Amino acid sequence: MKLHEAPTGTTVVVESVADGPTGHRLGALGFVPGTTIQVGRRAPLGDPTVYRVRGADLAIRRGTAALVEVRFAVDEVAS
Amino acid sequence: MTACHDDGSTLVGHRGLAQIALIGSPNAGKTTLFNALTGLRSKTANYPGITVTRREATVEVDGGLVRLVDLPGTYSLDPISPDEAVVADALHGRIEGIDPPDAIVMVADATTLERSLFLVAEVLRLDRPTCVVLTMIDELAARGGGLDLDLLSLALGIPVVGVVGHRGVGLDAVRHLLAGPDRWTRPLMAPPEGTLERSGWIESVLARATGDEHLHLRADTRTRRIDAVLLHPVAGSLVFVGVMLALFQSIFTLATPAVDWIDGRVADLGGRVSTWLPNTVGELLADGVVAGVGGVLVFLPQIVILLGLLAVLEKVGYLARAAFLADRVMGRFGLEGRSFVALLSSFACAIPGIMAARTIPNDRRRLATMMAAPLMTCTARLPVYTLLVSAFVADRGVLGPIRSQGLVMFGLYLLGAVSGLLYAGVLSWSTRSDASSPVLLEMPPYRWPTSRSIALQVWDGVWSFVRKAGTVILLTTIVLWGLLRFPSTDAPPSYDEARAASHQMEHSIAGRIGRGMEPMFAPMGFDWRANVAIIGSLAAREVFVSTLAITTAGDEATLGDRLRDLRDDDGDPVFDGPTVAALLVFFVYALQCTSTVAVLRRETNSWRWPAIAVGSMLALAYVAALIAHALVAVLA
Repeated sequence: MKLHEAPTGTTVVVESVADGPTGHRLGALGFVPGTTIQVGRRAPLGDPTVYRVRGADLAIRRGTAALVEVRFAVDEVAS
Repeated sequence: MTACHDDGSTLVGHRGLAQIALIGSPNAGKTTLFNALTGLRSKTANYPGITVTRREATVEVDGGLVRLVDLPGTYSLDPISPDEAVVADALHGRIEGIDPPDAIVMVADATTLERSLFLVAEVLRLDRPTCVVLTMIDELAARGGGLDLDLLSLALGIPVVGVVGHRGVGLDAVRHLLAGPDRWTRPLMAPPEGTLERSGWIESVLARATGDEHLHLRADTRTRRIDAVLLHPVAGSLVFVGVMLALFQSIFTLATPAVDWIDGRVADLGGRVSTWLPNTVGELLADGVVAGVGGVLVFLPQIVILLGLLAVLEKVGYLARAAFLADRVMGRFGLEGRSFVALLSSFACAIPGIMAARTIPNDRRRLATMMAAPLMTCTARLPVYTLLVSAFVADRGVLGPIRSQGLVMFGLYLLGAVSGLLYAGVLSWSTRSDASSPVLLEMPPYRWPTSRSIALQVWDGVWSFVRKAGTVILLTTIVLWGLLRFPSTDAPPSYDEARAASHQMEHSIAGRIGRGMEPMFAPMGFDWRANVAIIGSLAAREVFVSTLAITTAGDEATLGDRLRDLRDDDGDPVFDGPTVAALLVFFVYALQCTSTVAVLRRETNSWRWPAIAVGSMLALAYVAALIAHALVAVLA
């Protein structure tokens, strides 16, 4: 699934990040395959969403989050 | 890549001092560290050709002096915004006339070290003497982060120092380090290129420094709890509206006593000057300099309060949340969350607002933000609004604590803000879209700011305002005074003193220009005095008030009373309801500020956008003033 589809409160793991300047910047911010991301709050009108990545809280819009392919973290599936 | 190819000679930059640059991501505590190291001795200067200001200071370190340069915050040396481009250009020595730094201090927040190491990896590939200063090590310890700085230093191959910037912990170690960049250890091998490889490098570094590939910190419970309220869809939105209302309310209520005090002193000084020097020089000093500059300085308390509250909100971490909450709505107008913060500062002054837009990566959204900034009600409009509203709007209760004058003021603020958003919307709709750059908003943990950091930020803004009052406004006021004073004409002997003065000004150079403009502004009911004041206000809005003060000088009553009593040749009031409404609305839209035009020119690197802004906003002002005049005439 894409990162923007991940429900709030879940923990996901990055599978891949799209190429291009935006994807490159996401990489510099720590969105790298294998990185765990906690999906935080959404803004009042549903966009943007806060993601916790490598110790920092980052808010990004849906369109940007859609560049990141993720899967649920293992413990998430088990529970 | 060896440590020995660098002899001491390369560490001597211009003026013989080693130049050391501070870099780091936004919110890393870079500026706090810079201030702590340099005290108040820093100087701000512009890079040649671009407006990004750089702060630099000479710092005494163990056994010598070094030149410290504070660069804007950046997440990567692969820039996506103008602010970030400056960092990359400065480090690569691509800015003409500025030598690349001899050494780099990489400032990183210890609690987000894992993320910051991506930037460390990029910086190390520059192959310059580099050290890492880890800030917020107290927070790291409090959240259970086990990090051995010596092991981290070994793993990175460069010196690492931990500090608590605002409390001065670790500063001696930093000073000691700054004394000899040529003695800093250098890594044997540069970190790898490519994000995946870098991620692996970071894991190996952390594994050596902490025994684990990741920093496992306990959640920042304080930030979590506050965010549970402030980012809540309902509670957060209510707090947001409340904070904004309180912000603007306090500008007026808190400032009033100070404003009245300064107002009294200015009037006092003007009176004394004209008694001491009862000649033309005294007239110039009293009516031109004291009234002109004093009339502007009166608004200093409001500016201090607005800048101070904004600085507190920013440093506590709330502005980032406000940007997050507002992002979606701003998106409807082709803007983003950061635009909201930039436009909020524009309520103090459009110039810091336009400069704050530099952090917006997307070209189209940045341009729309800059072009909307002049329509936000800046403090320079306050003198005009305050004068006209207090003189011409009857003060009566409307509902509870809401009074008519406050309501009109609020309406003017609202009109400006809504018009600015629509203006941005039309602009981004009509310009071609560029490749969509991302909206990235980092939410820093909530932190108590130091009073010193707030004072420094307020001082920067206040100083630029005072400088403007001392230069542009002073000059314009003196020139206008001269144009109103000469040539001298003798009034008919039957005229009393006030009428004679008015007659003299009406036939002065400026008076003739004002009369010449009457056909253009007659539909709004502006007479020659208002026309002259509007011409003067094209340089700076505040000049409107000082010009009216000069043109109506005569008796002892306040300026508001004098405007109300002013009669035309037929004995009708010069300033009636429709005319005042037209004037107010004119000031909502018109871009009358040479400084804003200059900054727009520098930030967009062309005359095209400032020309479009001035032209379109004057046209809007004219049409809106016509409509306001007609509306009020019908209603009254």
